[in-house]
Amino acid sequence: MTAITHHIPDSVLAAYAAGNLPHAYSVVVASHVSLCQQCQVALAAHQVVGGAVLEATDSVAVSGSLKSNILAQLDDSFIPEPVYDRSGVYPGPVMAVLKGKPPKWKSLGMGVRQSILSSDENGSVRLLFIPPGQAVPDHSHNGLELTLVLQGSFSDEGGRFGVGDVEVANEDVEHTPIADAGDPCICLAATDAPLRFNAFVPRLLQPLFRI
Amino acid sequence: MMLQCLEMPKPKLPLDSVCPDNGDGASSTADDLSPQTIWMLAVRDDRDKAAFAALFDYFAPRLKGFVMRTGTSAAQAEEIVQDVMLTVWRKSAMFDPHRAQVSAWIYQIARNRHIDIVRKEKRPVPEELAEDPEAEPDASQILAVQQEAGQLKQALAKLKPDQREIIEKAYLGELTHQEISEQTGIPLGTIKSRIRLGLERLRHELSGLRE
Repeated sequence: MTAITHHIPDSVLAAYAAGNLPHAYSVVVASHVSLCQQCQVALAAHQVVGGAVLEATDSVAVSGSLKSNILAQLDDSFIPEPVYDRSGVYPGPVMAVLKGKPPKWKSLGMGVRQSILSSDENGSVRLLFIPPGQAVPDHSHNGLELTLVLQGSFSDEGGRFGVGDVEVANEDVEHTPIADAGDPCICLAATDAPLRFNAFVPRLLQPLFRI
Repeated sequence: MMLQCLEMPKPKLPLDSVCPDNGDGASSTADDLSPQTIWMLAVRDDRDKAAFAALFDYFAPRLKGFVMRTGTSAAQAEEIVQDVMLTVWRKSAMFDPHRAQVSAWIYQIARNRHIDIVRKEKRPVPEELAEDPEAEPDASQILAVQQEAGQLKQALAKLKPDQREIIEKAYLGELTHQEISEQTGIPLGTIKSRIRLGLERLRHELSGLRE
């Protein structure tokens, strides 16, 4: 396995730690961090800054009953939140969005498939399956797009992206990722807006496929 | 130190032994650990309620102040504080002092729970890595994490008020990733590269120890 060379930008990591990143991006960040020791360390650094801010915050007295209420609950049984482990190429955070089930793929033609994990007015996050040599339809978009490779690799104007690498594209970038030879490329892609496709036919299909 | 006053059982760490190799030739013992770390380890290893109460007294008023700074009402802030402190108790097994300082760990729990409660969405989190129970605790590494964090706190305290305010806003989740990346003239990068280097070094030491 080759080393991860394309990482999450620091401003995105800081916003993630602070909880101010839209859900779609957070799925990609949490997935990349699950794969990347360097970003685990960088995230830990942000958490330390956050902890320092917390410790430096002026205290506000809590009501008298809060402590006794909490202490009284320590022995209560509780249902632990489900923890989703990695499954095959899918990191834990992807499995959490899928609630532990395998992704449901829909064909986009030419062997390309997608599985929308979540989509709302704040953005969308989906899995893409791209056979070797196939392109993801050329598209431009609003705002930031994060694409994390989970299997295989792709190359485009920005370089080669292997497992664990994240391509960060903004609205200025017109890029055409093409899956490299070898295993089909599976990636996790998040955007903060419905994608705008340049090709005529895909644009017609956009409402139909929600791409 | 407060440890003696509280007469708490010592955590299960070979901290009485002198750790010869913490880089600067000085030795480190349990007496150098912060009270918060000692309380947290007593909670984790011994389910010590007195230690939990001490953690509550230290963190709950700070957490309430921290949450209220984001415009949350006092009543809802207490709800969040309760949720955070119960999470600290229930998920204490995830606390690893080799990787995180107590305040950094609680900061992330606070931001996650705040978002889960206020936005009513499940925030994606990276795969959790419980501390390897076979791994020997390393007091010098725990102390080094603490020292890095202490230096960071000092660096924050020395910032000009307007610079500090922007950092606080960022880590309170009030700046978007674009706003964070657009901030120039803030020594955040310097602070962070310092702590990142420190943590990187620790990570290398840690993986060397565990191999």
